[in-house]
Amino acid sequence: MTEFDDERNLVVVGGGLAGLRAIEAVRGTGWRGSLTLVGAEDHPPYDRPPLSKSFLAEGPLDQVTPFRSTVQLREELGTDVILGTRVEGVDTDRRSLQLSDGRRLAYDSLLVATGSNARKLDGQDSVSGVVGLRTDRDAAEVRRHLDQGARVVIVGAGFVGSEVASAALQRGLHVTIIDSEPVPLTRSVGRQVGEMCVDLHRAAGVELRTEVGVASFASRGGRLTGVVLTDGSELPADLAVVGIGATPATHWLTNSDVALEADGGIVCGDDLATSVPGIWAAGDVAHVPYEVFGGDLLRVEHWTNAAEQGAIAGRNAIRGEGDPEKISGIPYFWSNWYGHRLQFVGTSLRTEEVVIGPGGPGSVVLYRRGDRIVGALTIDRGGDIMKLRRRIVARGSWDEAVEFATARVEDGSGTKQTLPA
Amino acid sequence: MPTIHVDRDKCEGLGMCEAMANDYFEVGDDDILEVLNDVVPESDRAHVQSATQACPVLALRLED
Repeated sequence: MTEFDDERNLVVVGGGLAGLRAIEAVRGTGWRGSLTLVGAEDHPPYDRPPLSKSFLAEGPLDQVTPFRSTVQLREELGTDVILGTRVEGVDTDRRSLQLSDGRRLAYDSLLVATGSNARKLDGQDSVSGVVGLRTDRDAAEVRRHLDQGARVVIVGAGFVGSEVASAALQRGLHVTIIDSEPVPLTRSVGRQVGEMCVDLHRAAGVELRTEVGVASFASRGGRLTGVVLTDGSELPADLAVVGIGATPATHWLTNSDVALEADGGIVCGDDLATSVPGIWAAGDVAHVPYEVFGGDLLRVEHWTNAAEQGAIAGRNAIRGEGDPEKISGIPYFWSNWYGHRLQFVGTSLRTEEVVIGPGGPGSVVLYRRGDRIVGALTIDRGGDIMKLRRRIVARGSWDEAVEFATARVEDGSGTKQTLPA
Repeated sequence: MPTIHVDRDKCEGLGMCEAMANDYFEVGDDDILEVLNDVVPESDRAHVQSATQACPVLALRLED
């Protein structure tokens, strides 16, 4: 590293996993410039997947522990940490950020890793007991209601909503899920898998009402008493969890030169550079072209994506000379429902899906584009998913993938019955 | 030489380690992670290190 490098400063906006991995990766290169992390929440980066999983289970509270404390971030990673502070705007000409506490913060390089916000319904914030699950505070509120034996309504049969439903059911609580689509999750994993997911809810004994939305929240003294549906019926409820997707937390960039997509996500190259020199993005906010999927622009809201992109964007942000690093991973997520595990890797965009196996737990679903495999989903087949991932990354042939999955399903390998309760 | 340690209480068999380094890790039937080789030569350190760091439940460590 040159002296010049050491005088630069990198500001990372966003106190989640992508921001943390950026800082770790930057220091991992031996870079000695100044680093600042600005986070809107009160804690340093912590792990979010447990918030809709183990954190909601019965028993002693599984405390949210930051990956590293503020002191560790300062001492081990030489990072100034500014928490409980939002960035409200950026002046890209002067390379300066406007903070919510009134301060201005100058940067040489900027990495945007602000993540996403849970999408809300009208009237949601004015009724106590209606919660969107995103932060540890949200999770604590959901948990408090579950502890009190709440009657639960889940709005949106997506992955987060289904995990909360599963946690509530495991506690013996009454849960109803509503979704506006005829077959929930069709857009993200295809119709056949959407139908398998419907079956998982029904087999667990959870009522799922489709093609219906929320008309209003009924309340008494500001507390939720029921969810009024668009078909006129009312579901009595003490807790409503709204899981209808998330939007990129980029409001502060709308008046800047940083190019955004229609959904507010940031337009990036496959090196995670934004349209403005010196500004990089990673994680939920970034629309990134995937060469392995024919250049499809994907915005991915998963753990592994935030981790990988954070590290790459961080290293690129401090790179002096030479070609920037490009993304190499592909989307992957997992979700635990009623003792079953769903795992998905790759893309389902513009694909045709084929189910191999019984059509439910124990199945493999392959997603085809032309003569190639581009995506795979498994239910309770943890031994298969990464072997399929390898084929997708290697641009493997469709026929070979089908042959592989069929042989695995038929000889009974890679499968399991259910997760322990 | 560096050695791979798995915290079996934390490991859920999610397989990111296998995705990053299938020469060292494989999720088998019943979601149980098998470490194919727990002693890592220096030449593979960086590669195995990135696999351990990719663990979504922080169950893996590479120790000297």
